[in-house]
Amino acid sequence: MRFNGDRIVPDHDNCVACQRCAMKCPQGAITIKENEMAFPAHSAYTERIRRIGWEQASTGGVMLSSCGNDLPYRSIFDDLVLDAAQVTNPAIDPLREPIETRCFLGARPDRLDFTETEDEILLDTEMSPGVMLRTPIMIGQMSLGSISYNAQIALFRAAMETGTLVGTGEGGLHSDFYEYGSIINSEVASGRFGINPPYLKKVASLEIKIGQGAKPGHGGHLPGEKTTEMISQTRMIPKGTDALSPYPHHDIYSIEDLQQLIYALKESTRYRVPVGVKVAAVHNVAAIASGMVRAGADFITIDGFRGGTGAAPRIIRDHAGIPLELAIAAVDQRLREEGIRHRATLCAGGSIRYSADLVKALALGADVAMICTPVLIAMGCRVCQQCHRGLCSWGIATQNPTYTQRLDIDVAARRVSNLLYAWNEELREICGAMGIDSVESFVGNRDRLRYLGPNPRIAEILGVKHAGEAWG
Amino acid sequence: MENGTVKIDALDNESGKPLRYWVLNDLIHKAADGGAKHIVVENVLGQRFIGACMEHKDLLLEIHGTPGNDLGVFMSGPRIEVFGNCEDQIGNTMDHGEIVVHGNAWDVTGLAARGGKIFVRGNGGYRIGIHMKAYREAKPVVVYGGGVKEFFGEYMAGGTLVALGMRIGNGSIKDLPPEEVVRGSIGCGMHGGAIYIRGEVSEHQLGVGASIRPFTEEDSRLLKPILEEFSKRFGVPMETIESRGFTKIMPASSRPFGAYYNPRSV
Repeated sequence: MRFNGDRIVPDHDNCVACQRCAMKCPQGAITIKENEMAFPAHSAYTERIRRIGWEQASTGGVMLSSCGNDLPYRSIFDDLVLDAAQVTNPAIDPLREPIETRCFLGARPDRLDFTETEDEILLDTEMSPGVMLRTPIMIGQMSLGSISYNAQIALFRAAMETGTLVGTGEGGLHSDFYEYGSIINSEVASGRFGINPPYLKKVASLEIKIGQGAKPGHGGHLPGEKTTEMISQTRMIPKGTDALSPYPHHDIYSIEDLQQLIYALKESTRYRVPVGVKVAAVHNVAAIASGMVRAGADFITIDGFRGGTGAAPRIIRDHAGIPLELAIAAVDQRLREEGIRHRATLCAGGSIRYSADLVKALALGADVAMICTPVLIAMGCRVCQQCHRGLCSWGIATQNPTYTQRLDIDVAARRVSNLLYAWNEELREICGAMGIDSVESFVGNRDRLRYLGPNPRIAEILGVKHAGEAWG
Repeated sequence: MENGTVKIDALDNESGKPLRYWVLNDLIHKAADGGAKHIVVENVLGQRFIGACMEHKDLLLEIHGTPGNDLGVFMSGPRIEVFGNCEDQIGNTMDHGEIVVHGNAWDVTGLAARGGKIFVRGNGGYRIGIHMKAYREAKPVVVYGGGVKEFFGEYMAGGTLVALGMRIGNGSIKDLPPEEVVRGSIGCGMHGGAIYIRGEVSEHQLGVGASIRPFTEEDSRLLKPILEEFSKRFGVPMETIESRGFTKIMPASSRPFGAYYNPRSV
């Protein structure tokens, strides 16, 4: 929109369908339609491919994008159907009976040893540090920089209320947020932005970022437009510069080096908090995950190829990595076969769009889901895929005060809490329908899934039977 | 404990083997938490993570032997003085404090450091000062008395890196031959901070986004106190250091990859 005298004139070329104008119009007078430019029809050279060609011919630049992969790959989650209890085992009513959704982030011991005296039983095993979550849904890693101050504080408040953790992303931790330390999962990425003792010592857990589902093999990228005074202060970098994290951590070129950073963090926190590692889902993810667990990771996060981002080269966002569904199953299977599945909590993120995906991710073998785009949607995001431009009209993925002041912290926190509660209740509904009274018993229960898609090979890799095949 | 000094032996006298790093570090942390201001660690042999994330402001940690990787990782406050050589990544992501090495310190020194000072008397390896950053008064400084290898100051976003190219020791100070002072790909991808090399540097040694700039009065003013500290630590006369001029290397722009990406939506 722009003004021509006192008339408002729509500027169609700049419209990304964020819907802000339509939502806020007091008269409801605005309708948004696709601005159709008739292209000669061609199935191979789609409109998008032609536009990319013209765009690159005019600048010679690498195309940037944000949010997650938007190509029409088939969702494997949508090809899975769930079981329910009929006759042979009773379903549980989640409204009247307890169904436990608590879970723990951290390593479990190989065995438990007790000493029994006349009047009590004492646990002798020294337990690893763990964090209790009231729901198996964590909020993933979004940095102050990629999102606004108001957006990040809303997430922290929502997590406080719902009893889960929030990732800081790799942008450091604003000193205003230290009070939320008990629900914060600090990210340690290759750029090491804003990492100082408080960032490591005041939080509930630490997560080393090796890769991100939206851009495997790429480092962090905050365009200079978003490096404002506050961001430069929190990240401790000059104002207006591109905050680029190197592709690799330059102290990690191998599993042994990863072990070194894991233990540097454990030493730094005097072994008080769980330390995790996040990787993008790639071809060899199962073997890599095994190495991560053996290197001492207390939790591992697998980030699928639909994962979101604040800025990523389009070529990587749309074409690199593998579907999360296959990665979860492969990692869970591999860790079980090696007898080390208990040594780490398996978190899965980057493709989990709504509660149905959450339920299926857990059944495939994840202990915890990590979500980002859904909580942004809860705050108002319309997935217009322009985060990297810093012009988010909803005040989420921007640092421009004109926009950030639009995001009401209380309202946003309430809406994110509502979303988490709703997902958690739907998870309890599903568990109840299957006759399972605890989410921990549901994790990795692939026999309660059936495949109903076009490619039986996928079902084989998932370790899931085809619909119509019975138990046993 | 005498005058706040605590001595720790990093060698297990019973087995004759080095203490495991977590055992040694636990002893160091307990001594510092107990109020020791001067901790002397002897017979160090490759133990990693010494000084990790320590915030004890006026602590001097004196190390005799060879500490392992990640010495002073995430550290914010103490002074560490090493009488011997170091391995990789000393001052990794250091926030504040000082590390003085009376010997060599190898790869990736000062990785992503955002503050504090590192003085090394001898030589260094690859990717020293990678991704160092600065903010306001927090400006990390890394000075090598000797020579360094490729990718000196890679990805640098702030702070000061210096290579003096001298062989200091055995009662003599000599200049190293130019090819041993610094190699190629200097400042590759840098977008902040400054690199100073004592002596000449050729254009072909520069990495992507780095450029040679005139060494001005202002640089001289900035560098002097740093060099004076180095001179004091290792007993090298200032006139010896200043007997040769410096080459200054700076980023060509603060957004070297600004035009690399196309933000237009399709």
